[in-house]
Amino acid sequence: MARMKFLCDAERCIECNGCVTACKQENEVPWGVNRRRVVTINDGVAGAEKSISVACMHCSDAPCMAVCPVDCFYKTEDGVVLHDKDLCIGCGYCFYACPFGAPQFPQAGAFGLRGKMDKCTFCAGGPEADRSEAERVKYGRNRLAEGKLPACAEMCSTKALLGGDGDVIADIYRERVLRRGKGSEVWGWGTAYGPGKSGAQPPAGGKS
Amino acid sequence: MRRVTLGAAVFAALFLAGCGEEQQVTVYKQGKYQGKPDTQSWSNDPPANQLRGSTWAKGDRGSWESAINQRTMGQNEDIRIYKQ
Repeated sequence: MARMKFLCDAERCIECNGCVTACKQENEVPWGVNRRRVVTINDGVAGAEKSISVACMHCSDAPCMAVCPVDCFYKTEDGVVLHDKDLCIGCGYCFYACPFGAPQFPQAGAFGLRGKMDKCTFCAGGPEADRSEAERVKYGRNRLAEGKLPACAEMCSTKALLGGDGDVIADIYRERVLRRGKGSEVWGWGTAYGPGKSGAQPPAGGKS
Repeated sequence: MRRVTLGAAVFAALFLAGCGEEQQVTVYKQGKYQGKPDTQSWSNDPPANQLRGSTWAKGDRGSWESAINQRTMGQNEDIRIYKQ
């Protein structure tokens, strides 16, 4: 049984914001809303700068679902947390409850309008007919119903951001980490991205 | 004899109770979703032009999951770099 999850490799993320742009473009996200954003720590410090791409983590025990006063959240059978915008009252409780700041509110209207909540849908749309215009306008594109993965993960140029069934992406990441090694040798282009030749092996324990 | 057996049974019950395991995680209750029902991803026809991954049969969750997982493996560039 699939449980859809995101996983971001902080060693690989280069803060290009390609995931943010891909999400914006694919889902035509309203003004004032970033469903995904890149967070950087130790900005400018050589060797210590790390970036990570953050969006809704589609929690197994989602606090937004727990606090919603109108019960507009639901979880799909493949573990994606979605909500019904027709029911949302825009109170902002989910924003306070979410540890990742995933729920966002459009602010394009006059007088600091707080509209219906908008958040990452794992490119799975919402409670409208799949792949319909109503679903696209209200929630964004339903890529899962097209057999595709979220645009942010598929567009990631360094493959830092992985999206898909938690077990599958964990296997990809585990294989990558085992190959990469640990300690000081995990530094350098060749270690992170490979030697670039088919059939070649990563450098033996050294910087590249 | 019966008293000894009874005592042993009570002792065993109390002793084994120490081995019991409390649930450490919150059991999430689905709640009362009040909105419109949604359809599952696999209840749609696959698109005509499938670029990557395999296709699935409408309504068959297993085939949809295997198609998605196959596509997910496209994110593993180690396959392309090291295993060709």
